[in-house]
Amino acid sequence: MAGNSPRIGVLALQGDVREHVETLNALGVVPSEVRTIDQLGQVDALVIPGGESTVIDKLTRMFGLAPVISERIAEGMPVLGTCAGLIMLANHLADGTADQQTFGGLNVTVRRNAFGAQVDSFETELSMPTVSQQLVAATFIRAPVIESLGEGVHVLASLADGTVVGAQQGNVIGISFHPEVSGETKIHEYFLGVVEAFLSSTQR
Amino acid sequence: MSAQQSEFGGDRVKRGLAEMLKGGVIMDVVTAEQAKIAEDAGAVAVMALERVPADIRAQGGVARMSDPDLIQQIIDTVSIPVMAKARIGHFVEAQVLEYLKVDYIDESEVLSPADYVNHIDKWKFTIPFVCGATNLGEALRRINEGAAMIRSKGEAGTGDVSEATKHIRKINSEIRALSAMSEDELYVAAKEHQAPFALIKEVAATGKLPVVLFTAGGVATPADAAMMMQLGADGVFVGSGIFKSGNPEARAKAIVKAVAQYTDPAVITEASRGLGEAMVGINVSDLPAPHRLAERGW
Repeated sequence: MAGNSPRIGVLALQGDVREHVETLNALGVVPSEVRTIDQLGQVDALVIPGGESTVIDKLTRMFGLAPVISERIAEGMPVLGTCAGLIMLANHLADGTADQQTFGGLNVTVRRNAFGAQVDSFETELSMPTVSQQLVAATFIRAPVIESLGEGVHVLASLADGTVVGAQQGNVIGISFHPEVSGETKIHEYFLGVVEAFLSSTQR
Repeated sequence: MSAQQSEFGGDRVKRGLAEMLKGGVIMDVVTAEQAKIAEDAGAVAVMALERVPADIRAQGGVARMSDPDLIQQIIDTVSIPVMAKARIGHFVEAQVLEYLKVDYIDESEVLSPADYVNHIDKWKFTIPFVCGATNLGEALRRINEGAAMIRSKGEAGTGDVSEATKHIRKINSEIRALSAMSEDELYVAAKEHQAPFALIKEVAATGKLPVVLFTAGGVATPADAAMMMQLGADGVFVGSGIFKSGNPEARAKAIVKAVAQYTDPAVITEASRGLGEAMVGINVSDLPAPHRLAERGW
Protein backbone atom coordinates (compact mmCIF):
# COMPACT_ATOMS: atom_id res chain seq x y z
CA MET A 1 0.00 0.00 0.00
CA ALA A 2 1.47 3.31 -1.04
CA GLY A 3 0.75 5.49 1.96
CA ASN A 4 -2.60 5.91 3.58
CA SER A 5 -4.14 8.55 1.41
CA PRO A 6 -7.17 7.12 -0.38
CA ARG A 7 -7.05 6.93 -4.15
CA ILE A 8 -10.17 8.75 -5.29
CA GLY A 9 -11.20 8.83 -8.95
CA VAL A 10 -13.57 11.21 -10.71
CA LEU A 11 -15.34 9.71 -13.72
CA ALA A 12 -14.20 12.17 -16.39
CA LEU A 13 -15.95 11.35 -19.65
CA GLN A 14 -18.44 14.24 -19.44
CA GLY A 15 -19.77 16.73 -16.90
CA ASP A 16 -18.55 18.98 -14.10
CA VAL A 17 -15.37 17.01 -13.44
CA ARG A 18 -13.31 20.13 -12.68
CA GLU A 19 -15.64 21.24 -9.87
CA HIS A 20 -15.42 17.85 -8.14
CA VAL A 21 -11.63 17.83 -8.47
CA GLU A 22 -11.46 21.33 -6.95
CA THR A 23 -13.80 20.39 -4.09
CA LEU A 24 -11.63 17.37 -3.25
CA ASN A 25 -8.48 19.50 -3.57
CA ALA A 26 -9.95 21.87 -0.99
CA LEU A 27 -10.09 18.87 1.37
CA GLY A 28 -6.45 18.02 0.69
CA VAL A 29 -7.17 15.13 -1.68
CA VAL A 30 -5.76 14.95 -5.20
CA PRO A 31 -8.12 12.74 -7.21
CA SER A 32 -7.33 11.14 -10.56
CA GLU A 33 -9.51 11.40 -13.63
CA VAL A 34 -11.01 8.12 -14.81
CA ARG A 35 -11.69 7.64 -18.53
CA THR A 36 -10.58 4.03 -19.05
CA ILE A 37 -10.91 0.62 -17.39
CA ASP A 38 -7.19 0.73 -16.50
CA GLN A 39 -7.60 4.07 -14.73
CA LEU A 40 -10.61 2.70 -12.84
CA GLY A 41 -8.40 -0.13 -11.61
CA GLN A 42 -6.09 2.44 -9.98
CA VAL A 43 -8.71 3.94 -7.64
CA ASP A 44 -10.34 2.84 -4.37
CA ALA A 45 -13.43 5.02 -4.71
CA LEU A 46 -15.24 6.91 -7.45
CA VAL A 47 -17.10 10.20 -7.80
CA ILE A 48 -19.66 10.37 -10.61
CA PRO A 49 -20.08 14.03 -11.54
CA GLY A 50 -23.04 16.07 -12.64
CA GLY A 51 -23.57 16.17 -16.38
CA GLU A 52 -26.00 14.68 -18.83
CA SER A 53 -26.97 11.19 -17.63
CA THR A 54 -27.92 9.93 -21.11
CA VAL A 55 -24.44 10.88 -22.34
CA ILE A 56 -22.54 9.45 -19.35
CA ASP A 57 -24.52 6.23 -19.82
CA LYS A 58 -23.65 6.00 -23.53
CA LEU A 59 -19.97 6.87 -23.08
CA THR A 60 -19.37 4.46 -20.20
CA ARG A 61 -20.91 1.68 -22.29
CA MET A 62 -19.03 2.75 -25.45
CA PHE A 63 -15.68 2.49 -23.64
CA GLY A 64 -16.56 -0.69 -21.72
CA LEU A 65 -16.50 1.01 -18.30
CA ALA A 66 -20.15 0.51 -17.37
CA PRO A 67 -20.10 -3.21 -16.45
CA VAL A 68 -16.82 -2.79 -14.55
CA ILE A 69 -18.15 0.14 -12.53
CA SER A 70 -21.31 -1.86 -11.70
CA GLU A 71 -19.17 -4.78 -10.58
CA ARG A 72 -16.93 -2.62 -8.40
CA ILE A 73 -19.96 -0.99 -6.77
CA ALA A 74 -21.43 -4.43 -6.08
CA GLU A 75 -18.11 -5.40 -4.45
CA GLY A 76 -18.37 -2.44 -2.08
CA MET A 77 -16.37 0.35 -3.78
CA PRO A 78 -17.46 3.66 -2.20
CA VAL A 79 -19.13 5.92 -4.76
CA LEU A 80 -20.61 9.42 -4.62
CA GLY A 81 -22.91 10.61 -7.41
CA THR A 82 -24.33 14.12 -7.77
CA CYS A 83 -27.29 14.90 -10.07
CA ALA A 84 -26.52 12.84 -13.20
CA GLY A 85 -24.33 10.77 -10.86
CA LEU A 86 -27.39 9.98 -8.71
CA ILE A 87 -29.27 8.94 -11.86
CA MET A 88 -26.39 6.60 -12.80
CA LEU A 89 -26.50 4.99 -9.33
CA ALA A 90 -30.26 4.43 -9.18
CA ASN A 91 -31.47 0.86 -9.58
CA HIS A 92 -34.59 2.17 -11.35
CA LEU A 93 -35.50 5.21 -13.44
CA ALA A 94 -39.07 6.51 -13.61
CA ASP A 95 -38.53 8.24 -16.94
CA GLY A 96 -35.27 7.21 -18.60
CA THR A 97 -34.94 7.41 -22.38
CA ALA A 98 -35.82 4.21 -24.27
CA ASP A 99 -32.43 2.52 -23.98
CA GLN A 100 -31.09 4.30 -20.90
CA GLN A 101 -29.16 2.13 -18.43
CA THR A 102 -27.61 2.80 -15.03
CA PHE A 103 -24.78 1.31 -12.95
CA GLY A 104 -27.15 0.67 -10.05
CA GLY A 105 -26.15 0.22 -6.43
CA LEU A 106 -28.73 2.48 -4.82
CA ASN A 107 -32.07 0.74 -4.35
CA VAL A 108 -34.21 3.72 -5.32
CA THR A 109 -36.36 4.97 -8.18
CA VAL A 110 -35.21 8.31 -9.58
CA ARG A 111 -37.11 10.76 -11.76
CA ARG A 112 -35.00 12.92 -14.11
CA ASN A 113 -35.57 16.68 -14.54
CA ALA A 114 -38.14 16.44 -11.78
CA PHE A 115 -38.46 20.18 -11.18
CA GLY A 116 -38.93 21.12 -14.86
CA ALA A 117 -36.78 23.16 -17.21
CA GLN A 118 -33.76 25.36 -16.47
CA VAL A 119 -35.97 28.31 -15.35
CA ASP A 120 -37.02 26.08 -12.43
CA SER A 121 -33.43 25.49 -11.29
CA PHE A 122 -32.71 26.94 -7.83
CA GLU A 123 -30.33 27.28 -4.89
CA THR A 124 -31.18 26.63 -1.26
CA GLU A 125 -29.75 25.31 2.02
CA LEU A 126 -30.59 21.91 3.42
CA SER A 127 -30.42 20.23 6.77
CA MET A 128 -28.46 16.94 6.48
CA PRO A 129 -27.94 15.71 10.06
CA THR A 130 -26.10 12.52 9.02
CA VAL A 131 -23.57 14.59 7.07
CA SER A 132 -23.14 17.72 9.17
CA GLN A 133 -24.63 19.74 12.02
CA GLN A 134 -24.55 22.81 9.79
CA LEU A 135 -26.77 23.60 6.82
CA VAL A 136 -25.49 22.40 3.46
CA ALA A 137 -25.49 24.65 0.37
CA ALA A 138 -27.49 22.96 -2.38
CA THR A 139 -27.68 23.99 -6.04
CA PHE A 140 -30.38 22.19 -8.04
CA ILE A 141 -29.86 22.34 -11.83
CA ARG A 142 -32.48 20.49 -13.89
CA ALA A 143 -32.26 18.14 -10.95
CA PRO A 144 -33.61 14.63 -10.46
CA VAL A 145 -35.42 13.48 -7.30
CA ILE A 146 -35.69 10.16 -5.51
CA GLU A 147 -39.29 9.06 -5.91
CA SER A 148 -39.21 5.90 -3.86
CA LEU A 149 -36.75 4.10 -1.62
CA GLY A 150 -36.29 0.36 -1.37
CA GLU A 151 -34.91 -1.69 1.48
CA GLY A 152 -31.56 -0.78 2.99
CA VAL A 153 -31.59 2.84 1.84
CA HIS A 154 -31.63 5.77 4.24
CA VAL A 155 -32.50 9.36 3.51
CA LEU A 156 -29.71 11.94 3.71
CA ALA A 157 -31.62 15.02 2.57
CA SER A 158 -35.13 16.13 1.78
CA LEU A 159 -36.89 19.34 0.84
CA ALA A 160 -39.51 21.03 3.05
CA ASP A 161 -42.30 19.22 1.19
CA GLY A 162 -40.72 15.83 1.93
CA THR A 163 -39.19 15.26 -1.53
CA VAL A 164 -36.12 13.08 -1.07
CA VAL A 165 -32.99 14.61 -2.63
CA GLY A 166 -30.19 12.56 -1.09
CA ALA A 167 -29.82 8.93 0.00
CA GLN A 168 -27.22 6.38 1.06
CA GLN A 169 -27.06 2.60 0.93
CA GLY A 170 -23.87 1.18 2.41
CA ASN A 171 -20.98 2.83 0.56
CA VAL A 172 -23.19 4.30 -2.16
CA ILE A 173 -24.25 7.95 -1.84
CA GLY A 174 -26.52 9.71 -4.33
CA ILE A 175 -27.43 13.42 -4.18
CA SER A 176 -29.87 15.33 -6.45
CA PHE A 177 -28.01 18.60 -6.25
CA HIS A 178 -24.50 19.99 -6.81
CA PRO A 179 -22.46 20.76 -3.69
CA GLU A 180 -19.43 21.03 -5.97
CA VAL A 181 -20.53 24.15 -7.88
CA SER A 182 -20.74 26.31 -4.75
CA GLY A 183 -17.54 25.26 -3.02
CA GLU A 184 -19.61 23.28 -0.49
CA THR A 185 -17.26 20.62 0.93
CA LYS A 186 -19.32 18.91 3.66
CA ILE A 187 -20.73 16.13 1.49
CA HIS A 188 -17.34 15.27 0.00
CA GLU A 189 -15.86 15.31 3.51
CA TYR A 190 -18.55 12.87 4.62
CA PHE A 191 -17.80 10.71 1.55
CA LEU A 192 -14.08 10.65 2.43
CA GLY A 193 -15.10 9.33 5.85
CA VAL A 194 -17.03 6.50 4.17
CA VAL A 195 -13.98 5.76 1.99
CA GLU A 196 -11.60 5.64 4.98
CA ALA A 197 -13.92 3.32 6.90
CA PHE A 198 -14.13 1.06 3.85
CA LEU A 199 -10.36 0.99 3.37
CA SER A 200 -9.58 0.25 7.02
CA SER A 201 -12.13 -2.56 7.01
CA THR A 202 -10.55 -4.16 3.93
CA GLN A 203 -6.93 -3.69 5.06
CA ARG A 204 -7.37 -5.95 8.11
CA MET B 1 -34.46 22.90 10.47
CA SER B 2 -33.66 25.01 7.49
CA ALA B 3 -35.81 27.88 6.37
CA GLN B 4 -35.39 26.51 2.84
CA GLN B 5 -35.63 29.74 0.96
CA SER B 6 -35.00 29.10 -2.69
CA GLU B 7 -33.39 31.42 -5.19
CA PHE B 8 -34.10 31.08 -8.90
CA GLY B 9 -32.04 32.41 -11.80
CA GLY B 10 -28.90 33.30 -9.84
CA ASP B 11 -25.43 33.19 -11.42
CA ARG B 12 -24.74 29.83 -9.89
CA VAL B 13 -27.62 27.99 -11.54
CA LYS B 14 -27.18 29.87 -14.83
CA ARG B 15 -23.46 29.20 -15.09
CA GLY B 16 -23.93 25.82 -13.43
CA LEU B 17 -25.96 24.34 -16.27
CA ALA B 18 -23.14 25.17 -18.69
CA GLU B 19 -20.71 23.49 -16.30
CA MET B 20 -22.77 20.30 -16.55
CA LEU B 21 -22.43 20.37 -20.35
CA LYS B 22 -18.61 20.30 -20.26
CA GLY B 23 -16.95 17.57 -22.26
CA GLY B 24 -20.04 17.38 -24.44
CA VAL B 25 -21.22 18.15 -27.95
CA ILE B 26 -24.13 20.52 -28.59
CA MET B 27 -25.75 19.88 -31.97
CA ASP B 28 -27.75 22.20 -34.25
CA VAL B 29 -31.14 20.72 -35.19
CA VAL B 30 -33.97 22.08 -37.31
CA THR B 31 -36.62 19.40 -36.68
CA ALA B 32 -37.78 17.15 -33.84
CA GLU B 33 -36.53 14.11 -35.83
CA GLN B 34 -33.05 15.57 -35.96
CA ALA B 35 -33.23 16.36 -32.23
CA LYS B 36 -34.02 12.71 -31.54
CA ILE B 37 -31.10 11.55 -33.71
CA ALA B 38 -28.82 13.96 -31.84
CA GLU B 39 -29.99 12.75 -28.42
CA ASP B 40 -29.57 9.10 -29.45
CA ALA B 41 -26.06 9.85 -30.70
CA GLY B 42 -25.05 11.31 -27.32
CA ALA B 43 -25.51 15.07 -27.74
CA VAL B 44 -25.32 16.84 -24.38
CA ALA B 45 -27.88 19.41 -25.60
CA VAL B 46 -29.50 20.47 -28.86
CA MET B 47 -29.69 23.93 -30.44
CA ALA B 48 -33.02 24.59 -32.15
CA LEU B 49 -32.91 26.87 -35.16
CA GLU B 50 -34.84 27.52 -38.32
CA ARG B 51 -32.05 26.73 -40.79
CA VAL B 52 -28.53 25.45 -40.17
CA PRO B 53 -25.86 28.09 -40.85
CA ALA B 54 -24.81 26.45 -44.16
CA ASP B 55 -28.37 26.96 -45.47
CA ILE B 56 -28.64 30.49 -44.10
CA ARG B 57 -25.43 31.20 -45.98
CA ALA B 58 -26.67 29.54 -49.19
CA GLN B 59 -30.19 30.97 -49.15
CA GLY B 60 -29.47 34.40 -47.75
CA GLY B 61 -32.25 36.65 -46.45
CA VAL B 62 -32.98 37.58 -42.85
CA ALA B 63 -32.51 34.73 -40.39
CA ARG B 64 -34.68 34.87 -37.26
CA MET B 65 -35.73 32.90 -34.18
CA SER B 66 -37.44 29.57 -35.03
CA ASP B 67 -41.19 29.05 -35.07
CA PRO B 68 -42.36 28.41 -31.47
CA ASP B 69 -44.19 25.28 -32.67
CA LEU B 70 -40.93 23.80 -33.85
CA ILE B 71 -39.15 24.65 -30.60
CA GLN B 72 -42.03 23.18 -28.60
CA GLN B 73 -41.90 19.95 -30.63
CA ILE B 74 -38.19 19.66 -29.95
CA ILE B 75 -38.69 20.28 -26.21
CA ASP B 76 -41.40 17.61 -26.16
CA THR B 77 -39.23 15.11 -28.06
CA VAL B 78 -35.97 15.07 -26.11
CA SER B 79 -35.02 14.90 -22.43
CA ILE B 80 -31.66 16.65 -22.80
CA PRO B 81 -31.42 20.47 -22.53
CA VAL B 82 -32.81 22.47 -25.46
CA MET B 83 -31.18 25.71 -26.53
CA ALA B 84 -32.56 28.13 -29.11
CA LYS B 85 -31.18 31.13 -30.95
CA ALA B 86 -32.36 34.72 -30.71
CA ARG B 87 -31.04 37.55 -32.86
CA ILE B 88 -28.39 39.83 -31.36
CA GLY B 89 -30.20 42.57 -29.43
CA HIS B 90 -33.67 41.06 -29.97
CA PHE B 91 -34.84 40.98 -26.37
CA VAL B 92 -38.41 40.14 -27.36
CA GLU B 93 -37.35 36.97 -29.17
CA ALA B 94 -35.54 36.17 -25.92
CA GLN B 95 -38.75 36.80 -23.93
CA VAL B 96 -40.57 34.37 -26.23
CA LEU B 97 -37.87 31.72 -25.79
CA GLU B 98 -37.98 32.14 -22.02
CA TYR B 99 -41.77 31.80 -22.09
CA LEU B 100 -41.35 28.57 -24.08
CA LYS B 101 -39.01 27.36 -21.31
CA VAL B 102 -36.04 26.51 -23.46
CA ASP B 103 -33.06 25.79 -21.19
CA TYR B 104 -30.55 28.23 -22.73
CA ILE B 105 -30.76 31.13 -25.21
CA ASP B 106 -28.00 31.66 -27.76
CA GLU B 107 -27.81 35.35 -28.67
CA SER B 108 -26.27 34.50 -31.99
CA GLU B 109 -24.44 36.18 -34.85
CA VAL B 110 -25.61 33.32 -37.06
CA LEU B 111 -29.01 35.05 -37.20
CA SER B 112 -29.41 38.55 -38.62
CA PRO B 113 -28.74 41.13 -35.89
CA ALA B 114 -31.78 43.07 -34.64
CA ASP B 115 -29.72 45.83 -33.04
CA TYR B 116 -26.36 47.00 -34.34
CA VAL B 117 -25.53 48.86 -31.13
CA ASN B 118 -26.83 46.98 -28.10
CA HIS B 119 -26.84 43.35 -27.13
CA ILE B 120 -29.65 41.96 -24.95
CA ASP B 121 -29.52 42.91 -21.25
CA LYS B 122 -29.26 39.33 -20.13
CA TRP B 123 -29.41 40.04 -16.37
CA LYS B 124 -33.14 40.68 -16.73
CA PHE B 125 -33.84 37.03 -17.56
CA THR B 126 -34.17 33.97 -15.33
CA ILE B 127 -33.02 31.81 -18.23
CA PRO B 128 -29.28 31.73 -18.99
CA PHE B 129 -27.63 32.97 -22.20
CA VAL B 130 -24.68 31.83 -24.27
CA CYS B 131 -22.99 34.39 -26.55
CA GLY B 132 -20.30 34.25 -29.20
CA ALA B 133 -16.89 35.91 -28.98
CA THR B 134 -13.82 36.19 -31.18
CA ASN B 135 -11.51 37.53 -28.47
CA LEU B 136 -11.26 38.03 -24.71
CA GLY B 137 -12.64 41.58 -24.69
CA GLU B 138 -15.77 40.54 -26.55
CA ALA B 139 -16.24 37.56 -24.21
CA LEU B 140 -15.97 39.80 -21.14
CA ARG B 141 -18.37 42.39 -22.58
CA ARG B 142 -20.93 39.63 -23.04
CA ILE B 143 -20.32 38.32 -19.50
CA ASN B 144 -20.73 41.89 -18.23
CA GLU B 145 -24.16 41.93 -19.91
CA GLY B 146 -25.07 38.68 -18.13
CA ALA B 147 -23.95 35.88 -20.47
CA ALA B 148 -23.52 32.65 -18.44
CA MET B 149 -21.56 30.77 -21.11
CA ILE B 150 -19.31 31.80 -23.99
CA ARG B 151 -18.65 30.08 -27.28
CA SER B 152 -15.82 31.14 -29.52
CA LYS B 153 -17.44 32.04 -32.84
CA GLY B 154 -15.44 30.46 -35.61
CA GLU B 155 -17.12 30.89 -38.98
CA ALA B 156 -20.47 29.08 -38.90
CA GLY B 157 -21.74 27.11 -41.88
CA THR B 158 -18.39 26.72 -43.61
CA GLY B 159 -16.98 23.38 -42.42
CA ASP B 160 -13.68 25.28 -42.30
CA VAL B 161 -12.26 25.00 -38.79
CA SER B 162 -9.55 27.64 -39.19
CA GLU B 163 -11.56 30.51 -37.69
CA ALA B 164 -12.63 28.39 -34.72
CA THR B 165 -8.96 27.62 -34.15
CA LYS B 166 -8.07 31.30 -34.42
CA HIS B 167 -10.72 32.42 -31.92
CA ILE B 168 -10.13 29.79 -29.22
CA ARG B 169 -6.38 30.37 -29.49
CA LYS B 170 -6.86 34.12 -29.29
CA ILE B 171 -9.10 34.00 -26.22
CA ASN B 172 -6.81 31.59 -24.38
CA SER B 173 -3.60 33.40 -25.29
CA GLU B 174 -5.09 36.72 -24.16
CA ILE B 175 -6.03 35.08 -20.85
CA ARG B 176 -2.46 33.78 -20.44
CA ALA B 177 -1.08 37.22 -21.18
CA LEU B 178 -3.29 38.80 -18.48
CA SER B 179 -2.14 36.21 -15.94
CA ALA B 180 1.45 37.28 -16.52
CA MET B 181 0.77 40.99 -15.93
CA SER B 182 1.42 42.90 -12.74
CA GLU B 183 -1.65 44.37 -11.11
CA ASP B 184 -0.93 47.96 -12.15
CA GLU B 185 -0.79 46.88 -15.79
CA LEU B 186 -4.32 45.52 -15.67
CA TYR B 187 -5.88 49.00 -15.88
CA VAL B 188 -4.46 49.52 -19.34
CA ALA B 189 -5.32 45.93 -20.26
CA ALA B 190 -8.94 46.65 -19.37
CA LYS B 191 -8.87 49.69 -21.63
CA GLU B 192 -7.28 47.78 -24.50
CA HIS B 193 -9.69 44.86 -24.23
CA GLN B 194 -12.58 47.33 -23.80
CA ALA B 195 -13.74 45.25 -20.88
CA PRO B 196 -14.69 46.04 -17.27
CA PHE B 197 -11.71 46.20 -14.92
CA ALA B 198 -13.32 43.88 -12.35
CA LEU B 199 -13.63 41.09 -14.91
CA ILE B 200 -10.10 41.66 -16.24
CA LYS B 201 -8.78 41.41 -12.69
CA GLU B 202 -10.76 38.23 -12.03
CA VAL B 203 -9.50 36.55 -15.22
CA ALA B 204 -5.91 37.58 -14.45
CA ALA B 205 -6.18 36.04 -10.98
CA THR B 206 -7.91 32.78 -11.93
CA GLY B 207 -6.36 32.22 -15.37
CA LYS B 208 -9.73 31.39 -16.91
CA LEU B 209 -13.04 32.92 -17.89
CA PRO B 210 -15.59 33.06 -15.06
CA VAL B 211 -17.94 31.01 -17.26
CA VAL B 212 -17.66 27.89 -19.38
CA LEU B 213 -16.03 28.31 -22.83
CA PHE B 214 -17.17 26.16 -25.75
CA THR B 215 -15.99 26.36 -29.34
CA ALA B 216 -18.16 26.69 -32.44
CA GLY B 217 -18.11 27.49 -36.11
CA GLY B 218 -16.74 25.15 -38.75
CA VAL B 219 -16.24 21.93 -36.77
CA ALA B 220 -16.97 19.05 -39.19
CA THR B 221 -14.97 15.98 -38.15
CA PRO B 222 -14.07 14.05 -34.96
CA ALA B 223 -10.49 15.30 -35.33
CA ASP B 224 -11.69 18.93 -35.60
CA ALA B 225 -13.66 18.52 -32.39
CA ALA B 226 -10.78 16.84 -30.53
CA MET B 227 -8.43 19.63 -31.67
CA MET B 228 -10.77 22.25 -30.17
CA MET B 229 -10.71 20.32 -26.88
CA GLN B 230 -6.92 20.07 -26.93
CA LEU B 231 -6.79 23.82 -27.52
CA GLY B 232 -8.65 24.29 -24.25
CA ALA B 233 -12.36 24.32 -25.11
CA ASP B 234 -14.71 22.95 -22.44
CA GLY B 235 -16.92 21.45 -25.16
CA VAL B 236 -17.97 21.85 -28.77
CA PHE B 237 -20.93 23.13 -30.76
CA VAL B 238 -21.45 21.40 -34.10
CA GLY B 239 -23.81 23.16 -36.47
CA SER B 240 -24.06 22.26 -40.11
CA GLY B 241 -21.28 19.67 -39.78
CA ILE B 242 -23.61 16.88 -38.72
CA PHE B 243 -26.87 17.20 -40.62
CA LYS B 244 -25.16 18.45 -43.81
CA SER B 245 -22.97 15.34 -43.93
CA GLY B 246 -23.53 11.98 -45.66
CA ASN B 247 -24.34 9.99 -42.50
CA PRO B 248 -25.50 12.24 -39.63
CA GLU B 249 -26.10 9.44 -37.08
CA ALA B 250 -22.62 7.96 -37.48
CA ARG B 251 -20.89 11.34 -37.61
CA ALA B 252 -22.72 12.66 -34.55
CA LYS B 253 -21.77 9.58 -32.54
CA ALA B 254 -18.15 9.74 -33.75
CA ILE B 255 -17.76 13.39 -32.73
CA VAL B 256 -19.19 12.63 -29.25
CA LYS B 257 -16.72 9.77 -28.90
CA ALA B 258 -13.72 11.86 -29.99
CA VAL B 259 -14.62 14.68 -27.58
CA ALA B 260 -14.89 12.29 -24.60
CA GLN B 261 -11.35 10.91 -25.20
CA TYR B 262 -9.88 13.92 -26.96
CA THR B 263 -6.26 13.18 -26.05
CA ASP B 264 -6.29 9.59 -27.29
CA PRO B 265 -5.32 9.24 -30.98
CA ALA B 266 -6.46 5.60 -30.99
CA VAL B 267 -10.01 6.61 -30.10
CA ILE B 268 -10.01 9.58 -32.50
CA THR B 269 -8.72 7.38 -35.34
CA GLU B 270 -11.38 4.76 -34.66
CA ALA B 271 -14.06 7.46 -34.53
CA SER B 272 -12.90 8.89 -37.87
CA ARG B 273 -13.22 5.65 -39.87
CA GLY B 274 -15.94 5.10 -42.46
CA LEU B 275 -18.08 8.16 -41.77
CA GLY B 276 -18.92 8.85 -45.40
CA GLU B 277 -18.85 12.31 -46.82
CA ALA B 278 -18.20 15.30 -44.57
CA MET B 279 -20.12 18.50 -45.34
CA VAL B 280 -18.81 20.03 -48.52
CA GLY B 281 -17.50 23.20 -46.94
CA ILE B 282 -16.39 26.64 -48.03
CA ASN B 283 -12.94 28.06 -47.38
CA VAL B 284 -13.31 31.11 -45.16
CA SER B 285 -10.65 32.88 -47.23
CA ASP B 286 -13.01 32.69 -50.24
CA LEU B 287 -15.78 34.46 -48.32
CA PRO B 288 -16.11 38.18 -48.97
CA ALA B 289 -16.02 40.14 -45.71
CA PRO B 290 -19.74 41.10 -45.59
CA HIS B 291 -20.61 37.39 -45.53
CA ARG B 292 -18.49 36.60 -42.50
CA LEU B 293 -20.83 35.99 -39.59
CA ALA B 294 -18.09 36.23 -36.95
CA GLU B 295 -17.85 39.97 -37.60
CA ARG B 296 -21.38 40.45 -36.29
CA GLY B 297 -21.41 41.38 -32.61
CA TRP B 298 -19.03 43.85 -31.01
